[in-house]
Amino acid sequence: MSEDKHQHIVPYRLYVIVLVALLALTFASIGITSIELGEFTVAAALIFAVLKSILVLTYFMHLKYDKPYIKLMVAFVFAIFVVVIVITFLDYLYRV
Amino acid sequence: MAEHQHAHVEHPDMYDPESSKIGMWLFIFTELLLFGGLFIVYSVYRYMNPDAFHLAAEELNTFIGAFNTVILLVSSMTIAMSTTALQKGHKKVAIALVVITFIIGIGFLVNKYFEWGIKFSHGIWPGSEQMLNEMSQGEILFFGLYFVMTGLHALHIIVGLIIMGFAIRGVANGKVNAKRPSLLDNCGLYWHLVDLIWIFLFPLFYLIH
Repeated sequence: MSEDKHQHIVPYRLYVIVLVALLALTFASIGITSIELGEFTVAAALIFAVLKSILVLTYFMHLKYDKPYIKLMVAFVFAIFVVVIVITFLDYLYRV
Repeated sequence: MAEHQHAHVEHPDMYDPESSKIGMWLFIFTELLLFGGLFIVYSVYRYMNPDAFHLAAEELNTFIGAFNTVILLVSSMTIAMSTTALQKGHKKVAIALVVITFIIGIGFLVNKYFEWGIKFSHGIWPGSEQMLNEMSQGEILFFGLYFVMTGLHALHIIVGLIIMGFAIRGVANGKVNAKRPSLLDNCGLYWHLVDLIWIFLFPLFYLIH
């Protein structure tokens, strides 16, 4: 298989760095949600979750080293999800 | 396995890492949309019952949730590393890393068992009398979603463990190797999906209150 030639070997060290970043973000999100931020608590927690999922998708799930069309497919699915959420809330927020 | 009946037929090697990867991703998309639907249900009910969700979330133990988050993140790293080990030709290291991931997965389920056990001992389970009589509609919805979503997630952990079993066997008998790593790669992708879902479950159920 010609694929083998340009298969990218991710060094162990990079995975350790990503893990440390993920743990730091986890503890940061626990810290920030323990403060009373009212309405912003949900937003803060979600921002940290999104940052963490980007790290997991990019490095652990190898998207960084994948061909563009796979990245595009993943982005498309997340875009669909966001659109469905937005449409759902447009409905609920403007119900009389 | 079907080869046994047609042992005399020459089978071309159908191994294709790129197709395997696309297939796995397509499956992951269906999983993302499955949980995505549940997340939308959660967010709508949260929007409609903000106070009840706030109150009910205080029942959950943040420590045990955080602990499970940490070990699941570590397990994601170990299974990612096992692919690196396999590519470098370190078969034993690769197996050891998948075994570590497997053990952490079991640990996650053990924690979940105790966590759900505490809820059960407080009389909280879907349809329990305590829930129906003493809780508001919003709290019932919160715990209903809690059990369904963490339960479905735990089911995915169990499936992940089974796939890991096949990956370990494949690496051990040499069918999964540096030139044919797809089974281990896909096993890793699935496990990262499980991690990804938990990354959202943890803040939504344990942190926001």
